[in-house]
Amino acid sequence: MVEYQNIFTQVQVRGPVEAGLPADTLVPEIWGRGNSGFFNYWIGKLGNAQIGPFYLGTLGIISLVFGTLAINIIGLNYLAQVDWHLGEFIRQLFWLSLDPPAPEYGLSLFVPLGEGGWWLISSMFLLIAVLFWWVRCYSRAVQLGMGTHVAWAFASAIWLFLVLGLIRPMLMGSWSEAVPYGIFSHLDWTSAFSIRYGNLFYNPFHALSIVFLYGSAVLFAMHGATILAVSRYGGDREIDQIVDRGTASERAGLFWRWVMGFNASMESIHRWAWWFAVLTTLTGGIGILLTGTVVDNWFLWAQKHDFAPEYPATYTPAVDPVAAGAIPTPGVMAVDPSTGG
Amino acid sequence: MTKQNEDDQKAQFKDNVIVAGSVLTVMIGLAVGAWMIFLRPSVEADQIGYRGVAMEQVAFADDKVAAAAMNIAPEEVYELEPDDGSEERAGEIYENVQVLGHLSDENFNRIMAQITEWVAPEQGCGYCHNNADGEIENFAGDYNYAKIVSRRMFQMTMEINANYDAHVNSIPGTGQAVEVVPVSAFDGETTVDAIAVKAEGTIVPGAAADDQVAGVNCYTCHRGKNVPEYLWFKDPGTELEPAEEPFIGARNGQNMPVEANGYTDLNTDPFSAYILRNEPARVIYDEASIGDDNESLIMRTEHTYSFMIHMSKALGVNCTYCHNTRNFSDWSQSPIQRTTAWYGIQMSRHLNVDYLDPLQPVYPEHRLGELGDAPKANCATCHQGNYKPLNGANMVSSFPSLWGPGPVELQDPALSPEEVEAKLNAN
Repeated sequence: MVEYQNIFTQVQVRGPVEAGLPADTLVPEIWGRGNSGFFNYWIGKLGNAQIGPFYLGTLGIISLVFGTLAINIIGLNYLAQVDWHLGEFIRQLFWLSLDPPAPEYGLSLFVPLGEGGWWLISSMFLLIAVLFWWVRCYSRAVQLGMGTHVAWAFASAIWLFLVLGLIRPMLMGSWSEAVPYGIFSHLDWTSAFSIRYGNLFYNPFHALSIVFLYGSAVLFAMHGATILAVSRYGGDREIDQIVDRGTASERAGLFWRWVMGFNASMESIHRWAWWFAVLTTLTGGIGILLTGTVVDNWFLWAQKHDFAPEYPATYTPAVDPVAAGAIPTPGVMAVDPSTGG
Repeated sequence: MTKQNEDDQKAQFKDNVIVAGSVLTVMIGLAVGAWMIFLRPSVEADQIGYRGVAMEQVAFADDKVAAAAMNIAPEEVYELEPDDGSEERAGEIYENVQVLGHLSDENFNRIMAQITEWVAPEQGCGYCHNNADGEIENFAGDYNYAKIVSRRMFQMTMEINANYDAHVNSIPGTGQAVEVVPVSAFDGETTVDAIAVKAEGTIVPGAAADDQVAGVNCYTCHRGKNVPEYLWFKDPGTELEPAEEPFIGARNGQNMPVEANGYTDLNTDPFSAYILRNEPARVIYDEASIGDDNESLIMRTEHTYSFMIHMSKALGVNCTYCHNTRNFSDWSQSPIQRTTAWYGIQMSRHLNVDYLDPLQPVYPEHRLGELGDAPKANCATCHQGNYKPLNGANMVSSFPSLWGPGPVELQDPALSPEEVEAKLNAN
């Protein structure tokens, strides 16, 4: 009787630890390192039971050290915010946040630690960690004689990260425009960002980014389902079927032509998926970059370009009292920190 | 065991699993269905905008019922006495009547009896008129901080009803507040036509019907309590001077769950900037691109946002009650309530700056905030979860003494406690 596997691997086949190609066949120095990996039964429930062999290298170590520093600076700031109380740290974790400097500091690199200096330092360390991890991603692929598709997809994500935390704040002339490091605080920032710039939903690059984001999820589901559905005909051997199309490919393709008149091929579906994923952050980054630099109110921009629809009036509209001449009530003077009074 | 038996057993087991799974699924389905039908609180949406644009107020039906039940205006205890102005005035009869001296004797005593019901129903007259020994020595002396505060509160109430008609709708026929009719009862094009007619004719700002008069009196905030339930104080974390900030662990005036900002990560003091100081709340540019004049306003946006969260919570409404959320800043797309709310913000600032904050030296320590500041008002102080305090009840028409300040010449002059004492002894 045929046994199909589900998400939890039911039969774990184990031989000796797979260490890669023999040392003399490809690039000698990367094979046969000291550690050779090991097996873990529970990891094997979800996928391949083998862990390792590891390759960390100089780039990986630099990346891990700076990444750890960045996360520790953020975490220690959180702990200091709750007076080093571990229970409160856990209770308030979603609220705690390391915020960028206030607008008056502009792009200064010399900000008092408590007022955004820690944010600057941890951002710099995080940037180093992410960039070195990218180089490592690229160089490992080259060493293995692979294409560098993974590195370029990762670069697209880094692009959005850089736009949010570095490029756009620099164009705006203020670190205060950057995203705070906190769970709720970055969500509040996102919401405030959209409102402040006149509703990001009217930003066409934001719209594209959402199309690719949701599209990625749909494509992933379609592709996963299709391959599972034809794996009884050998469809799970996708790579073989790219060059030697069998009945699995034929059936899968016919299925989608029946359903929607068009089908991807065994190879092209992976290009579709790669481009959808890459374009999510690529277009998203462009949308963020244009906000506040080129466009200040996306709703009005959309109105100007005739794609924000008009609706019939159904309620009495408000009147701006200030525009109509009403004078706001004076408030007490704000304390001026420079004079202390 | 033979291969055949083993397969049979496996098949049997599989069947059992399928049956058990089906039963479980049906039971869960029934439970969810029962919850949906019997237990889930029903949600009501009052639509005011064009169909499909989500300009509506969404709320749990039982929350609305509970809020309405908690906001019932009290019956009037004593009736207004006719006054043709010929009788002797309270200021002439009694000593030290500084703000209600223009009333007749009967109506003066009426408002005194009424405020006792509104503010100190348990303690009675002594809450304000007791001396330091806890006894009513005479009604004229200023022995008690509560009397000095309540005198100022009378003036504040008069100020609101006389000058903030645009917010509290206190003067018949001139109110700004306009009822926006939900259009959910209509459908299709009818909706538009019906409302278009109303927009041209019957719903006009500045011409509220007399039956919409609300105004305020002491009960609007106090609700039978000595101290109104919803007040605010300065936030110690926000008021730190830069030099006092720690080198690590500064909260930046936010990132802490507090009730004032609806437990968001926004500013923990949404009030000082807008209803004590007058900091700019407008953070959205009204041009598609304004070029190089662009300012970094993200942090200020969060500050405004925190105050807006307070307003929404205090009034028990969604953002769409005052804003068209497709473009928060555009007044011409916002419902008229936004204009009313603007006057409310101006009023709150005026009350805090000129009436409530300056009372600080008068209060005993236990009435003050952590930083020693006086209790102050925000939207929740009156609204208490309802977009119309006390469900829009008329609080002012039968209390002419609260419509505005009386003639100055009929009031006793403000004296120091020692001067009052001397005057009482002289009599």
